[in-house]
Amino acid sequence: MAVATEAEPRPAPPARRRGSAPYGWLKPGILLGAFVPVASMVQRAASGGLGANPIAEVENELGLAALIFLVAATACTPFRRLFGWTWPVRIRRELGLIAFFYALTHFLTYLVLDQFFDWGAIAADILKRPFITVGFTALVLLTPLAITSTNSWVKRLGFKRWQRLHWLLYPAVALAAVHFIWRVKADIRQPLTYALILAALLAVRLVLYLRKRYAAGETLS
Amino acid sequence: MRRLPKDSPSSEITPEPLFWRRREFMKNAGLIGGTALVTGGSLQWLVGKSPPPDAPDTPPLPIAQLPSVAQHGQYDTAEPLNSFKDVSTYNNYYEFGLDKGDPSDNASGLRTRPWTITVEGEVANPQVIDIDTLLQWFPLEERIYRMRCVEAWSMVVPWLGFQLSDLVKRLEPTAKAKFIEFTTLFDPKQMPGQRFPVLEWPYVEGLRLDEALSPLTMMVVGLYGKMLPNQNGAPLRLVVPWKYGFKGIKSIVKIRFTEQQPRTSWALAAPDEYGFYANVNPAVDHPRWSQATERRIGELQRRKTLPFNGYGEWVADLYAGMDPRRLY
Repeated sequence: MAVATEAEPRPAPPARRRGSAPYGWLKPGILLGAFVPVASMVQRAASGGLGANPIAEVENELGLAALIFLVAATACTPFRRLFGWTWPVRIRRELGLIAFFYALTHFLTYLVLDQFFDWGAIAADILKRPFITVGFTALVLLTPLAITSTNSWVKRLGFKRWQRLHWLLYPAVALAAVHFIWRVKADIRQPLTYALILAALLAVRLVLYLRKRYAAGETLS
Repeated sequence: MRRLPKDSPSSEITPEPLFWRRREFMKNAGLIGGTALVTGGSLQWLVGKSPPPDAPDTPPLPIAQLPSVAQHGQYDTAEPLNSFKDVSTYNNYYEFGLDKGDPSDNASGLRTRPWTITVEGEVANPQVIDIDTLLQWFPLEERIYRMRCVEAWSMVVPWLGFQLSDLVKRLEPTAKAKFIEFTTLFDPKQMPGQRFPVLEWPYVEGLRLDEALSPLTMMVVGLYGKMLPNQNGAPLRLVVPWKYGFKGIKSIVKIRFTEQQPRTSWALAAPDEYGFYANVNPAVDHPRWSQATERRIGELQRRKTLPFNGYGEWVADLYAGMDPRRLY
């Protein structure tokens, strides 16, 4: 006993250095995990594991990964507001950029492997087929968000304007969900599951937004 | 009294800052790895598909017990065949699941013997035919046909069967019979996909009687010289090569001759997308995608889709005077 009291207090771990902020492991961990589907597709492509129609398989898997990351990015703010978690917001930019990566490779697969630069057919698809129109629109909406995702763009636009621009995420993710529903032939259980999760997230977002506006309006009047 | 261990020599003691850094490094590496594992694992679970199953090992058709196999060749295409593996593991057969690989995974539980086919409706000889009796009625013939799916992919398949026209003549439809309606087995225990109301079960398909009498229309019992694998519609299916694949109803238990046009499953599920005729037509798009081109399974580039899937010289006359836009 005496030994314990006489011993010098145990030194505290040194203060954290920059870059090892709390949850510093989260971003690299997610980045690493986010590319598991790509690695799996490459491995299966090499071993014939993508089935009889590998182009369609790759197109489908990339598109679904894009939707999952879009939904995850949409969930960040509701999670913080509902449960007080801050870590989702820290990885929101990363989730959004991964979603854009998958959406872009999904489109490039369609452009190069599926249609092989048949511009006439692609234009007809985008103009005449609602499911492709909405999918393509979602990608177009996401593009400025990906470009302006850096801190310097936040500064350049000013936070308020930057934030307003990034509300484009909401129509984009809604269109992506519709794209999936309209694409399916008969069984919409899987696309509907994503659409319902998304609808719940958007509803939370809308309620929080309206409450904030209402509260602001009350204090002003 | 227990002896305390001796102190380590000071040279072996890790300097404190290094100790903390190493500890932090190990902890971070573990956390990063764990996060990557959880993220990647759940993502792959949601997105990825397991590789396709191996081709089934179906018993060869007992040719010895059957009438001789005739070789006609008149309607055969000379295009390269799709492999048995592709034909038997890439299937649309919603009774066994919605993914292309599901039927080959789930269809092994289907019992195809004993099996009977009920013949009813506007017919002189309504009866219940045992499948093995039916197999003795007609010589089997191999037909190498293009198969064009409504989803814009296609295959070349060596089917084994007999002409539906031979069966129709033997059954003697009455003068009132204008259509022929086929029904798939309904048994959710054997066909797990029927537990979900994706389509109205059981699956129903049909043809106009003159379409049924075309020499191209086949009742199929095998492929690649073997018994039909369950996922391809064992023990008896329809093949109508100038129509989209969904017309080729599988695992048939009932044939009914009718005066009225049958209410077919896909036409019921989405009448503006799938019609009764469903003739392959590159000029009439599916409302949600183009039918102008198709991907032949195994090929990289798309190829042009042919009117009537290339069988127009034998079947276009059936539709003389009809608006081709109504023939989807």
